[in-house]
Amino acid sequence: MAKVFEKTKMLTDAPFHYCPGCTHGIAHRLVAEVLEEIGAEGHCIGIASVGCSVFAYNYFNCDMLQASHGRAPAVATGAKRADPSNIVFAYQGDGDLASIGMAEIVHAATRGEKITVIFINNAIYGMTGGQMAPTTLEGQKATTCIYGRNPEINGNPVKMCELLATLTGPSFIARESLADVKYIVAAKKAIKKAFEHQMKGDGFTMVELLSSCPTNWHMTPEQALEYVRGDMEKLYPLGVFKEV
Amino acid sequence: MSEKKLMKGNEAIAEAAIRGGCRFFAGYPITPQNEIPEYMSWRLFEVGGQFVQSESEVAAINMVYGAAGAGARAMTSSSSPGISLKQEGISYIAGAELPCVIINMVRGGPGLGGIQPAQSDYFQATKGGGHGDYHMLVYGPSSVQECVDILYNAFDKADEYRIPVMILGDGMLGQIMEAVTLPEMKDVSKLPEKKWAATGKNTGENRRIINSLYIEPDELESLNRKLFDRYALIAERETKYEEYLCDDAEIVLTAYGTVARIAKSAVNILRENGIKAGLLRPITLYPFPSKAFLEVANRPSVRRFVCSELSMGQMIEDVKLAVEGKKPVDFYGRTGGNVMTPEDIVEFVRTEVLK
Ligand SMILES: Cc1ncc(C[n+]2csc(CCOP(=O)(O)OP(=O)(O)O)c2C)c(N)n1
Ligand code: SF4
Repeated sequence: MAKVFEKTKMLTDAPFHYCPGCTHGIAHRLVAEVLEEIGAEGHCIGIASVGCSVFAYNYFNCDMLQASHGRAPAVATGAKRADPSNIVFAYQGDGDLASIGMAEIVHAATRGEKITVIFINNAIYGMTGGQMAPTTLEGQKATTCIYGRNPEINGNPVKMCELLATLTGPSFIARESLADVKYIVAAKKAIKKAFEHQMKGDGFTMVELLSSCPTNWHMTPEQALEYVRGDMEKLYPLGVFKEV
Repeated sequence: MSEKKLMKGNEAIAEAAIRGGCRFFAGYPITPQNEIPEYMSWRLFEVGGQFVQSESEVAAINMVYGAAGAGARAMTSSSSPGISLKQEGISYIAGAELPCVIINMVRGGPGLGGIQPAQSDYFQATKGGGHGDYHMLVYGPSSVQECVDILYNAFDKADEYRIPVMILGDGMLGQIMEAVTLPEMKDVSKLPEKKWAATGKNTGENRRIINSLYIEPDELESLNRKLFDRYALIAERETKYEEYLCDDAEIVLTAYGTVARIAKSAVNILRENGIKAGLLRPITLYPFPSKAFLEVANRPSVRRFVCSELSMGQMIEDVKLAVEGKKPVDFYGRTGGNVMTPEDIVEFVRTEVLK
C-alpha cells in the first residue's frame, strides 16, 4: 500500500505537552516539515525560549539550546556565528520576544543576523497563567487586566512585524495565522521562505504566527480560533511586511 | 613563538585570550575595560573569529551562551554594573555546564559608583553572584604577565571542567603598561572534541541539548551535587597562591590583585624597619586557598594577619573562615576608587596592629 502521510523526521517521538486545542503543536510541525524539506538535518541548531514552548528542545530533532527569557535572538546570534554553516532558528512567544526580549529581537534584526525567528503571538502569557502580554488586544481580558486591556492604564499592543519591517537588517518579515487550514498552508510557505532567505545569507528573517491559547483565553478551541480569525487578525493583519 | 612586548593590561588580556583559543567575543562598552572589546573588534577577525558589539551586557552574556553552547571558545568582558546585568546569564551558563571566560575590571559601587579601581565585587564573583547553587573558577591576577598566563590557560580550564572562569581585575591592572612575554598561538583545530556541544551536526539518539531546566527535583538535586563534586575537584587541583617571606613572618599581610603588589612593597618596608612581615596572596579567589591560610596560621611565629582590600572588607570573611580563629585578622581597606600606598599599610601595621 502506498504511504500517503508520514510524520516529519525533524520532530522526535516525544509527545507534546501542550493543552488540547493549542496551536503550538501546529507551529512545531510546520517548522519541522520545512526543516526537513530544505535539508536542514545534520546542520541545524534550534533555540528554545522561556514560555509554554520551553520544552521545544525535546521536540525538534536537531541540536537545541534552551535560552533565558527573551534572549533567544542573542543565543542564536552566538550559535550562528560560532559556525555560520548551520541553519539556526529561535522559537519565541510574545512575552518572550516583544516584552522582556524587545532589545534582543530588534538588535538581532537590525544587525541582520542570519537566523530565523518563529514568533508565536497568542496575545497572552500562557505559561505563567494568563497575564497581559505586550500583544494583548485592547479590551481583551487577562489576569493582570481583569476588565480588559485599557490603553489608558495598560498601554497599547505592539505590532512586531510592522516595527521590524522598518529596519534595514531583515530580509523577510511576515505574519501568518494558524486559525484555519488555508492559513496554515500559507504559514508553512512563509516559514519556508524565511529559511530560504537565511540559507542564501540575505539577513534576519521572522515569521509571526497568530496563535490561540484556549486555556488562558477561557474559550473552547473552536471559539479561540474564531477569535484569532476575527479580532486578532483585524489588529494584526496578515501578509509579508518586508522581503529583500 | 613567544614574544616580548610592552602592553597595556587590557590589551594583553585580549591578546592572551586569542592565543589561548578565544574565537568569539561579545561585549558592551563600559569604563575601565574598553580596550578589551576594542582590541577584539579587529584582532578576532584576523584569526577567523567573530566579534559582536552587543546591545547590552545581557545580550553579550547570552551570545556567549550561544557560542559556547555551539562549541566555540567564547568570552565577554565588562565592569561592575555590566557584570551585575550578566548574572542571570552566568547562572544559566553554570547550570548548562558551559565553558566560557568572563572578565570583570572592577570599579567602585554600589550603583553607578565610580570608574576608579575597586575590589568590591569579590562577594559577587566568589559566592555565586547570580541565582542558584553554583560557583565560577575565579582568578585575581596581580600583574599584566600574570593576566597573560592565566588568560592563556583559562579556556583549557573552562573546557576541562565545563565551568565559567572569571578574571577579577581592576582599572589599574587594565591600564598599567608592563613588559610581557606572550606565548605562542594555540592551534584551535587540535583542541579536544567537545562531545556535548550543540554543533548542529547531530540528530536522533545523538541529539545534543544545552539546557539548565530540570523540572524533576531529584534531577536538579543530582545536577547540584554533580557541580559541587566538580568544585571540590577544582579546589584540590586548581587552587593557587603565592607565599612571600612568610617563613619567619610574625605579621602576615594578605591581599589579591593590584593590592597584593602594594602589600608586597609594604612587607619590604616593614622588613627594612625590623618588623618580620610576609605576604600570603591568593591567586585563585574561588577556590580560596584555605588550606594554605590554615597552615600559615598554625605556625607559631605568626602573630596576626592583616587583610588589605579596595572594599569595606569582603575577602576577609574567607580569610577568617580559613584561619579558624587560630590567629586574629585585622582589616585595612580603602574604597570609592581610592588606593592605599605601601606606606599607608605600614602605618596601619605600626599604629593599629602592633600597638
Ligand atoms: C527573567 C524571567 N522572568 C520571568 C519568568 C517567568 N516566565 C516564564 S514564561 C513567561 C511568559 C511567557 O509568555 P510568552 O512568551 O507569551 O509564551 P507562552 O507561554 O504564551 O507560549 C514568564 C513571564 C522567567 N522564567 N524568567
Ligand atoms: S497555556 Fe495556552 S499557550 Fe500554553 S500550552 Fe496551553 S493553550 Fe498553549
